[in-house]
Amino acid sequence: MERTTLDMWVGAFVVGGLVALLILAFKVGNLGGYDGSETYKVYGEFDNIGGLKIKAPVKSSGVVIGRVSAIQFDNTTFRAHVEMRLSKNYQFPKDTSAAILTSGLLGEQYIGLEAGGDEENLENGDKFKLTQSAIVLEQLIGQALFSKAADEGDNKSAVK
Amino acid sequence: MPHRKVGFGLSSIGHAVVNGVSRLGFASRFFLVTLVSSGASFRRIHLTIREIYFTGVMSLIIILVSGLFVGMVLGLQGYETLQKYGSESALGSLVALSLVRELGPVLAALLFASRAGSAITAEIGLMKATEQLSAMEMMAVDPISRVVAPRFWAGVISMPLLAAMFSAIGVFGGYLVGVVFIGVDEGSFWSQMQAAVDFRQDIVNGVIKSVVFGIAVTAIALFEGYDAPPTAEGVSHATTRTVVTSALVVLGLDFILTVFMFRGV
Repeated sequence: MERTTLDMWVGAFVVGGLVALLILAFKVGNLGGYDGSETYKVYGEFDNIGGLKIKAPVKSSGVVIGRVSAIQFDNTTFRAHVEMRLSKNYQFPKDTSAAILTSGLLGEQYIGLEAGGDEENLENGDKFKLTQSAIVLEQLIGQALFSKAADEGDNKSAVK
Repeated sequence: MPHRKVGFGLSSIGHAVVNGVSRLGFASRFFLVTLVSSGASFRRIHLTIREIYFTGVMSLIIILVSGLFVGMVLGLQGYETLQKYGSESALGSLVALSLVRELGPVLAALLFASRAGSAITAEIGLMKATEQLSAMEMMAVDPISRVVAPRFWAGVISMPLLAAMFSAIGVFGGYLVGVVFIGVDEGSFWSQMQAAVDFRQDIVNGVIKSVVFGIAVTAIALFEGYDAPPTAEGVSHATTRTVVTSALVVLGLDFILTVFMFRGV
């Protein structure tokens, strides 16, 4: 095989490999997202974060506007301390509330923001005043059983 | 008589152990010498380019076809299971994660070992059997830097590129079956995939894996060829050993790397 054709094939091979890597990075992976834009940090304290994980999306009206960047346990308030990075393109009023929600029945957990009506906006380092914890299935079932038992107890006493 | 049998068994075990350890020592020394004398494979880059053509470009067809079919099978089987739980929209992340993290690097390395590794072993083994390597030494040409090192670097360069192409075409295969044939929603296929696949955690780790596999497979193939007894039988045994050893080493290394990379964080 001639030098030039050989070089061309090897060049095409290397380019093909690099293109495959770029496709993986931008089409398959998450490099193509909003990651390039600047972010600001906000914090939220939750009684129970359920299965929330670092890098879980932060959504408002279903649109991804940021990601969870750190989760810690605060040993003074005994609550979960969640740090979020929101894109600077999206500003929220100071009395915005944060809730931990689940996408679908078995889907991943994310933080949903509900905008408030304050004139001032959240700034870097601010904290959500209103938060709502994740729903824990065991507690729900426990509550349902408890109220059912209470109902039955009432019925029995009514029959007597 | 039983005494002699026991004695014979013990001595053969001892012989195998001593043999194995000294082969390992020779292999390590060979690997080091290859690394030290690899300057020429970059100074005279056309030597390496020639080898990239034979190891990389010639493996393209098998890598691309296998990747496409693996991705298509993943799409079918994944859909079968996921639709039972009503979460077929997660098909994209299933296909992409399993390809990028595991199947891409590992299967590409196994195919690479049987397609290119065996060829390298046979070539070098025959060069040794026909005394071409000794002839080079006679002409004051170092066979390690002229023959072995360019093949090593060609393998190390080709392997990650092949693995990336395997994963990319596999994802396309999954897309073809999942979205085009079965009719999973295209938007959720890609968006769930992009939400699940992390660049640093998944893609970079997959590339690191394929580089490690490239080093392992090429080094094994070169060593087996160089160490092969200079007979027809010796070369054929060495070629078989290359494929078997590479496959085992790749799978073992994959487990070790996975333990370090993915701890379920």
